[in-house]
Amino acid sequence: MNPDATGVDAVIDAVTAVFLVVGALMSLGAAIGLLRFPDLMSRMHAATKPQVLGLFLMLAAIGLQMRTWWVWPVLLVAWIFQLLTAPVSAHMVGRSAYRTKHGHREMLTKDELEAVVQRAAAGQEPETER
Amino acid sequence: MKEFVLVATAVILSLAAAGAIVRIAIGPSLLDRVLASDVLLAILGAALAIDMAMNKHLNNLMLLVALAVIGFIGSVTVARFVAERREQSNES
Repeated sequence: MNPDATGVDAVIDAVTAVFLVVGALMSLGAAIGLLRFPDLMSRMHAATKPQVLGLFLMLAAIGLQMRTWWVWPVLLVAWIFQLLTAPVSAHMVGRSAYRTKHGHREMLTKDELEAVVQRAAAGQEPETER
Repeated sequence: MKEFVLVATAVILSLAAAGAIVRIAIGPSLLDRVLASDVLLAILGAALAIDMAMNKHLNNLMLLVALAVIGFIGSVTVARFVAERREQSNES
């Protein structure tokens, strides 16, 4: 791409190409997981791939292509922001999915939250609907 | 090399977006649709990042951060909403 393309430039371009294609494959994997997994919890497992690792690979590809040092802190801030917000939203979605009885309970091998919810319900309100 | 990467990522991201849209359409519950739209947002961000990496500019970087904010706020809001709706309907 540059007129003075040396071996280092070719290597950087190849690494960038690999990062971009693998990052795009993360999105494809998330879509396949969304279509094929049986319930909401396992779909949430698949949906995290392009949000964290896919975005990291894409931002690394940008940083490799720009060939300047000052972009890396900006890209790091963008990635860290995604790292901070993705678990919180996933926690909220999973919490409301558990509370509203999404997902198949019989597919779980161990349900540790059930005992906690029972104890909290028994402690706060002794004889209500639960 | 550059054309191959562009075509490959375009095909892969188009298939991924089609899968996410299918899940939005047939998702049995609201939370499935929220999750699939979050994935669709991540795919859009990936497309913006590929554009930046291939054309060597940084115009979309703030848009990428804004996409993260929008996905976060949307998911959290809808998750709270679903929880409150279902609890009210159970009590009544």
